[in-house]
Amino acid sequence: MTGHLIMAPLLLPLFAGLLLLLEVRQRLWLRRLTGLIATALLLPVALLLWQQAADDVITVYRLGNWQPPFGIVLVLDQLSAMMLLITALLALPVYLHACRGDDQPGANFHTLFQFQLLGINGAFLTGDLFNLFVFFEVLLIASYALLMHGQGPQRAKAGLHYVILNLAGSSLFLFGLGLLYAATGTLNMADVGRVISAGELVSPLLLQVSGALLLVVFALKAALLPLSFWLPGAYSAASAPVAALFAIMTKVGLYAIWRMWPLLYGLQDSPLAGMVSPWLWWLALATIGFAALGALSAQRLAALASWLVLVSVGTLMAALTVATPAAWAAGFYYMIHSTFAAAALFLLVGLISTHRGVLADQIEEGSALSPLLGLLFVVLAVMLVGLPPLSGFIGKLLLLQAVPEAAFWIVLLLASLLLLIAFSRAGSTVFWRHQAGDKPAALSLADAAPLTFLLLLCVAMVVLAAPMMDVAASTAVQLANAQGYIDAVLGAAEVMP
Amino acid sequence: MEILLAIMIAVLTSCGIYLILRLRTFPVVVGLTLLSYAVNLFLFAMGRLTLNAPAVIGATDHYSDPLPQALVLTAIVIGFAMTAFLMALALRAWGEFGNDHVDGTAMPDDGDDRR
Repeated sequence: MTGHLIMAPLLLPLFAGLLLLLEVRQRLWLRRLTGLIATALLLPVALLLWQQAADDVITVYRLGNWQPPFGIVLVLDQLSAMMLLITALLALPVYLHACRGDDQPGANFHTLFQFQLLGINGAFLTGDLFNLFVFFEVLLIASYALLMHGQGPQRAKAGLHYVILNLAGSSLFLFGLGLLYAATGTLNMADVGRVISAGELVSPLLLQVSGALLLVVFALKAALLPLSFWLPGAYSAASAPVAALFAIMTKVGLYAIWRMWPLLYGLQDSPLAGMVSPWLWWLALATIGFAALGALSAQRLAALASWLVLVSVGTLMAALTVATPAAWAAGFYYMIHSTFAAAALFLLVGLISTHRGVLADQIEEGSALSPLLGLLFVVLAVMLVGLPPLSGFIGKLLLLQAVPEAAFWIVLLLASLLLLIAFSRAGSTVFWRHQAGDKPAALSLADAAPLTFLLLLCVAMVVLAAPMMDVAASTAVQLANAQGYIDAVLGAAEVMP
Repeated sequence: MEILLAIMIAVLTSCGIYLILRLRTFPVVVGLTLLSYAVNLFLFAMGRLTLNAPAVIGATDHYSDPLPQALVLTAIVIGFAMTAFLMALALRAWGEFGNDHVDGTAMPDDGDDRR
């Protein structure tokens, strides 16, 4: 039974989504309950899988019992288990927030939410590159529709750009996969690594081209600088819970690069080794700087939050490119923090918009807001800028320690300063400038609960920083050990019924 | 044969890219469709071209690689679904903006889109 548990993160949202299709348009409470049960069940499943992966065992599930490298495999190692856990922890509060009313304008929100989770979980679990493409498409098509959830020309425009860009990206992905197959004769991630390290490459040149193409696709999903212009528009146009769920989407792109790094881009004998990392390093730094400037220019709170997602993408990419276990471990910690904090900020912006009515989240003088909202904003700002004592500070400190490069220090610290200015300006305008005697509407605690849960997760990250860093360090070591991964996947035992 | 296929893919790809860069939604949709045709042909060639051979291993000594054929099938289905979605989206955007510019900005209505 436990051998099949790895399928649960895929089957749960799949069946919940299908079930929701059946009862759609009737009984809203039933839809919410079904979605809630499915989303909540992901959490114990992810915890069990995480526990299973924690003993440095790589679980391989052979779909259809084909001997790898033939057929498709699902692979659960510490990194995928961690990503599944982040997704489950993020999905629950986001879904709860959506059930407070944001789910109403579109009939299919609940179904799409489940399919989005299916795609994300699948991308984290699969050990096959073509299967990764399929799961990318699953999560993308759900995200296209989710992005358009609710009405408005702004959303239609952002949605159109997002869809066209990603369709072009999908074509590039397929070109890259075709070239990879031509160069190595396989699309199984572990087998690609084996073929390269065994020197059985058909053509190093084809591999270089395919690796570069795949990197462009992953960088597009992750929103690295020359490919990141879509992100602020799309994320700031989305409704609050959708944008909060999208906080994990850029991490899917980063995850894909991370996964392929030891097997393709960073592998010693790979023709790609040393070819992409100098580029990625400077692009990552440029992304941080560009996003920090963007945050300064933001005229809406949702735009500010989107630029912050970009800052974290740049920071993580820089840590990834350094490719030492210490940098990766710090990167993992920062990734968890930035996902939760960014999602919480999107949810908070959603709350602020509903409280301000017509003015929504424009950074302009408006009606008075509940002090509780202000408090949450300050806590989030401290966290996201990286001021002590919250998790952002620890994450940045760990990164600065692990990446002792002057350029990185300067860019990251300057960006933090710019973010501090952007947050102070936005916060003081939105919360302090209103007509005297204006009475703020009270904030209902149920509205604030989901995002408070995300904040508490970040606080827990401060308290549990030492054990979390141990886990992150062992995750990084396991990920960097390409030979261990290859042996585990290619020597996988048959799945017992 | 290889040359012919390569030229076909190149022509399809370049037409697709040119059309994607247009500023009305319909040419963009057609461009993405052409690009996906090019991808499908390209995937066929990824296991090297083999003529007059079944994609069945073991039946004869001479066979063509079956994997790309399976992958092309998947790619066709996904590409088709995505194109259908994009068409619906373009129609909705046209309804919302009142024009078919990808940015939704109104254009002088002289049919000239070379701006």
